[in-house]
Amino acid sequence: MGVSIEVNHLNAWYGANHTLQDITLHIPANEATALIGPSGCGKSTFVRCLNRMHETNPIAKVTGEVKVGGQDIYSETSAVEVRRRIGMVFQRPNPFPTMSIYDNVASGLRLNGFRNRRVLDEVVERSLKSSALWDEVKDELKKKSGASLSGGQQQRLCIARALAVDPEVLLMDEPASALDPVSTAKIEDLIFQLKVQYTIVIVTHNMQQAARVAERTGFFLNGRLVEFDSTHKIFTNPGDKRTEDYITGRFG
Amino acid sequence: MGGDQGRTGEGSLSNMANQPKSSTANRRWRWFTNHMASGLAVLSTILVIAPLVAIFIDLVYKGASSLNLNFFTKIPAPVGEEGGGMANAIVGSAVLLGVASMLGIPVGIAAGIYLSEYGRGSKLSTVVRFTADVLNGVPSIVMGVAVYALIVVPTKGYSALAGGVALGIMMIPTVARTTEEMLLMVPHSIREAALGLGVPNWRSMISITLKTAMPGVITGCMLAFARVAGETAPLIFTAFGNQFWSTALNQPIAALPLQIYVYALSPYDEWHRLAWAGSLVLIVLIVVSVSLVRYVTTRGVLKGAS
Repeated sequence: MGVSIEVNHLNAWYGANHTLQDITLHIPANEATALIGPSGCGKSTFVRCLNRMHETNPIAKVTGEVKVGGQDIYSETSAVEVRRRIGMVFQRPNPFPTMSIYDNVASGLRLNGFRNRRVLDEVVERSLKSSALWDEVKDELKKKSGASLSGGQQQRLCIARALAVDPEVLLMDEPASALDPVSTAKIEDLIFQLKVQYTIVIVTHNMQQAARVAERTGFFLNGRLVEFDSTHKIFTNPGDKRTEDYITGRFG
Repeated sequence: MGGDQGRTGEGSLSNMANQPKSSTANRRWRWFTNHMASGLAVLSTILVIAPLVAIFIDLVYKGASSLNLNFFTKIPAPVGEEGGGMANAIVGSAVLLGVASMLGIPVGIAAGIYLSEYGRGSKLSTVVRFTADVLNGVPSIVMGVAVYALIVVPTKGYSALAGGVALGIMMIPTVARTTEEMLLMVPHSIREAALGLGVPNWRSMISITLKTAMPGVITGCMLAFARVAGETAPLIFTAFGNQFWSTALNQPIAALPLQIYVYALSPYDEWHRLAWAGSLVLIVLIVVSVSLVRYVTTRGVLKGAS
C-alpha cells in the first residue's frame, strides 16, 4: 500500500543556486499528485529530494524534513534504503542496455542479493503485467535486450523495473515527455491503475496530463511552491494570479 | 565546376529553383566529391592494411616451411644439430603472459575505475592519469632495468616472475586509460537508474557501469596483452631466457620473442629459419588468443543490445 509524504521547510541547492525555497506540502497516500510549472522551476529537484537522488550530485545540498509514512528519510534511514521504498521513473527511458527484458525487471532484486528463481519469475511477471507490457514481451523475455524495445515499451519496462522492488511510492519525472501520444495514453492509463497500490508523484509539462491523472496538483515557480490544491480547484478556480496565468498560457 | 564549388546555402537553393541547368552541374559536382571522398577513404584503408598484410605474407612464406611437429614439441637443439623446436618458449611465453595479465589487468581496471568514478577532478587522479601516460611512453628496456633492480637483484636471480611483472607493469597504463574512457562513455542515466532502485553505489559500479562498459574494457585488455606479448627488451634483464624446459616462476624462463631475438642474431641458417617460424607462431598465437577471448566474452550478447 502507498504511504503519505510530508514535506516541511525543504530547501535545496545546486552549488550557490537556491533551487528549492522553503517547500512545505502534504502528499496523501494512494493518490496521484501532479507537479507543474515552467522549466527550471524546481519541480524535478523536488521529486529528486523525495528519494534522496538529489544528493548524488556532489555540489548539491539539502535541508529540511521529508517524512515518508512517518519516517524522516534524511535522519532516520539511509539513502539506499529510501530508494528501495520509493521507486523512480525518469524522463528518458533508461533500461540497462546489456540486460534482457527479464533481467531488467529482476535487476532491483538481484542487485540487492535476491536470488530465488521461482519468486523472481513471479515478480517479473507481476511487474510486467502491472506495467501493461507483459502481453507484448512475454515470448522474448530472456532473448531480447531491454534496449531493443520501442521508446514507449522501454518506459513501461522502466516502470516494471521500479515496481519489482515493491515500493510504497512511485516518483515519475516527466515519464511521457519523450513518448508519442499513443504511448503517453498507455502510461496515463497505467497511473490510474497503479494509484490503487502506490502513492504517485508525477512531474509533468503537460497540463492536460495533470488534469487527467492527478487528484492534486502543485504549481511551482522559481523554486517556490505557489499553490497546492485539488486538481479541480487548480484548473477551474486557482487561488493565485500566477497559477491562473500559467494554466491559461498567459505566462511569460 | 570551380564556380559550383564556392556555392553554399542560400545561393545554391535559389539557383536550383531558378536555373535547372546549373542544378545538373551541381549534381555532377556532388557525384564527383562524393566518390572522391569514398576513394580517399578506401585508399587510406589500403595504405594502413598493406604493410600488415605484407608482413604476414612474408612470415608465412619464410616461416611456414620450417614449421613441423618438432617445432611445437621439442626444445631447442644445440648448435650444429638438426631439428629442435620452441616448445619451451611457447609455454614460457604463456606463463609470462599469464603472470603479466594477473597483475596488469586487475590493477589496470581498478585504476581505471578510480579515475573515472571516484577521482573525478581530485589531485590524486590528475597525478595518476599523468603517471599512466608517462609510463605508457617509457621505453620497454627501461622497464626491464627497473624490474631488474626491484626483483632480480633482491631475489638474486633471473626469474619468470620478474619477467611477468615487467610485462604486467607495461599493461597497466593501457588497461587503466581504456577502462577510464569506456566507463566515462556509460550514460549517466544508466547509473541513475541503478541508484534509483536502491542499489548501493559499489554494486551499481560493478554490476551496471562496468558491465555496460565491458566490451570496450576487454578490447583495452586485449590491446595491452597483444602489445606485451611481442616484447623482447623487458625480458632480457628479467626472464633471461632458457634453453631447457622450465615453468617454475623462480627460474629463468624461455619466451618466444627472446628466442626469436637470439636465433635471428645468430650466424646459422637453420636458426634463422626457426626464428621466422617462431615469429609466425607468435603472431598466430596472439591473434588466436585475442579472438578467443573476444568470442567467449561476447557470446552472451542479446539481440538488439547496443
